[in-house]
Amino acid sequence: MEPLIRIRNLSKRFGQGCSRCRDATGQEQDTNLCPHCGSVMACNDVSFDLFRNEALGVVGESGSGKSTLVRLLHFEWEASEGAVEMHRSAGLENLPEIFATGSDYSFNLLGLSHFQKRQLRNALMGIVYQNPHLGLRMQISSGGNIAERLLGAGWRHIGKMRRRSAELLERTEIPVERMDEPPCNFSGGMQQRVQIAKALSNNPLILFLDEVTTGLDLSVQARVLDLIRNLRSEFNLSMLVVSHDLGVINLLCQRTMVMKSGHVVESGLTDQILQDPQHRYTQLLVASQL
Amino acid sequence: MLMREWLQNENEPGSDGAPAAGYPFGFMDEGAKKEIRRSILKAVAIPGYQVPYGSREMPIARGWGTGGLQITLSLVKPDDIFKVIDQGCDGSVNAVNIKKFVAAVADVAITTDTRAATLIQTRHRIPEEPMTDRQILVLQVPYPEALREVEPSEMETRRMHAEADYSRMWLFLYEDIVKYGEITISYRYPVTVNGRYITDPSPIPRWDVPKLHMADTLFLFGAGREKRIYAIPPHTSVEPLEFEDHKFRTENFSGKACARCGATDTYLDEVIDNAGGGRSYFCSDSGYCDKRSLAWNH
Repeated sequence: MEPLIRIRNLSKRFGQGCSRCRDATGQEQDTNLCPHCGSVMACNDVSFDLFRNEALGVVGESGSGKSTLVRLLHFEWEASEGAVEMHRSAGLENLPEIFATGSDYSFNLLGLSHFQKRQLRNALMGIVYQNPHLGLRMQISSGGNIAERLLGAGWRHIGKMRRRSAELLERTEIPVERMDEPPCNFSGGMQQRVQIAKALSNNPLILFLDEVTTGLDLSVQARVLDLIRNLRSEFNLSMLVVSHDLGVINLLCQRTMVMKSGHVVESGLTDQILQDPQHRYTQLLVASQL
Repeated sequence: MLMREWLQNENEPGSDGAPAAGYPFGFMDEGAKKEIRRSILKAVAIPGYQVPYGSREMPIARGWGTGGLQITLSLVKPDDIFKVIDQGCDGSVNAVNIKKFVAAVADVAITTDTRAATLIQTRHRIPEEPMTDRQILVLQVPYPEALREVEPSEMETRRMHAEADYSRMWLFLYEDIVKYGEITISYRYPVTVNGRYITDPSPIPRWDVPKLHMADTLFLFGAGREKRIYAIPPHTSVEPLEFEDHKFRTENFSGKACARCGATDTYLDEVIDNAGGGRSYFCSDSGYCDKRSLAWNH
């Protein structure tokens, strides 16, 4: 099977950068801060594949570059280097120009215009942030928040949009009567579920989950994770699950990458990584799990 | 007395008919006129796109029609026939002052007749009578950015225009419908010009919005305070934002008629009698109302 999306040598540098950045940062040096020029290598030479209907976990301590990776792939930040290529089967009818004839993979998506990136994101991607304030407009009704994505994808029928919003809110266990209330009226767990409903509204192929359950109490965590697991099989999603919680990764993901100082230090099947960690840092991470 | 007669009495041209002494023809220097004309050309080439320009000091305050005035002065020719309306009326203080000023600095003939005019400057209305391809309508614009309601940052609205990222504007309309059952924007109704830019049609009532669509006339929009010029060229599609199940609609005056000329097909102003409390309606377009009253009386 061919991967849905191929990520090669993805790097993100904050700061001027110098010729020694790459060698002066990383796992051995135990830092992502270049001592020569003061730049931060938030992501350094990250390569991996994401397959269809697969949940790939990304674990690592805070500051290891997990969230940066998600933002690069969601086109929120510009990558400094690297390539992201989408398989033709993703079905991008409105962007035929991004595929070369005869090739199964698109050109490097990082080179697309902002306009094309936005179209691509609207057509294929959904994201759920740790902080619902990032993903939702708190003063606008929950239904409106979901409709925003639909409007971005060209929907122009209020009744149909409301039906779709109600459907998604029902799936994410928000009472449909409360659909016209703004998310600021809701509890943290409900806000997170509205975010999930919003992320799913355009039937995405790829869902980015950035620390979705961090900050929720345990019973709510369990329900949100359960929901995500069901949605994955139902909507046939590919997911990139970022978490520092190995329990979440264990529950959701078949494969896992471990990040440290901007590098991927270990990757493999989740079971394998949790049972038999190879890298020093992964061993520490697994051992320190409560 | 008809507005036209009154204006003609009020508006005796200068004794020798020559432009005001000490000023070039059209008040502005040639460099300024050239820059504004170039901005207009760019605006016409990219319908609905706001072109920045260097707004000049005018002898009226910014916010009182300087954007429209600068376009007028950069286009006006000695053989033009000029009309100014303010909220439909030829006789309001603003309209009269602008008319007198342009007549003084460019020595043009003044009219209240939409058909006779070659150049019309307007605030907040489009004349009722259909305009032709020989005419230009200059609209004064207080807020050229249609997205300002949903986004305060200019940098961000420019990005939104560049990427055609208009979902927030649509979301604003969605929320309006959810809250009130319909879109509550009464004037400054946002339109999509030429299938691309969301554009502010200036504070014209919804009644006037359909007149912009595939018109024969060139519409030029000038915002002096905000330093922007944009245009809707002739035969350009102008679509008000609407949903499939919530269509755009204009003001409804059914059952009402102008108390002066009897018109039932014009945009009406409601006038309340302070003493008796009675309501009556009058055409907002005073030039058209005059014309109809004349035909009525003779």
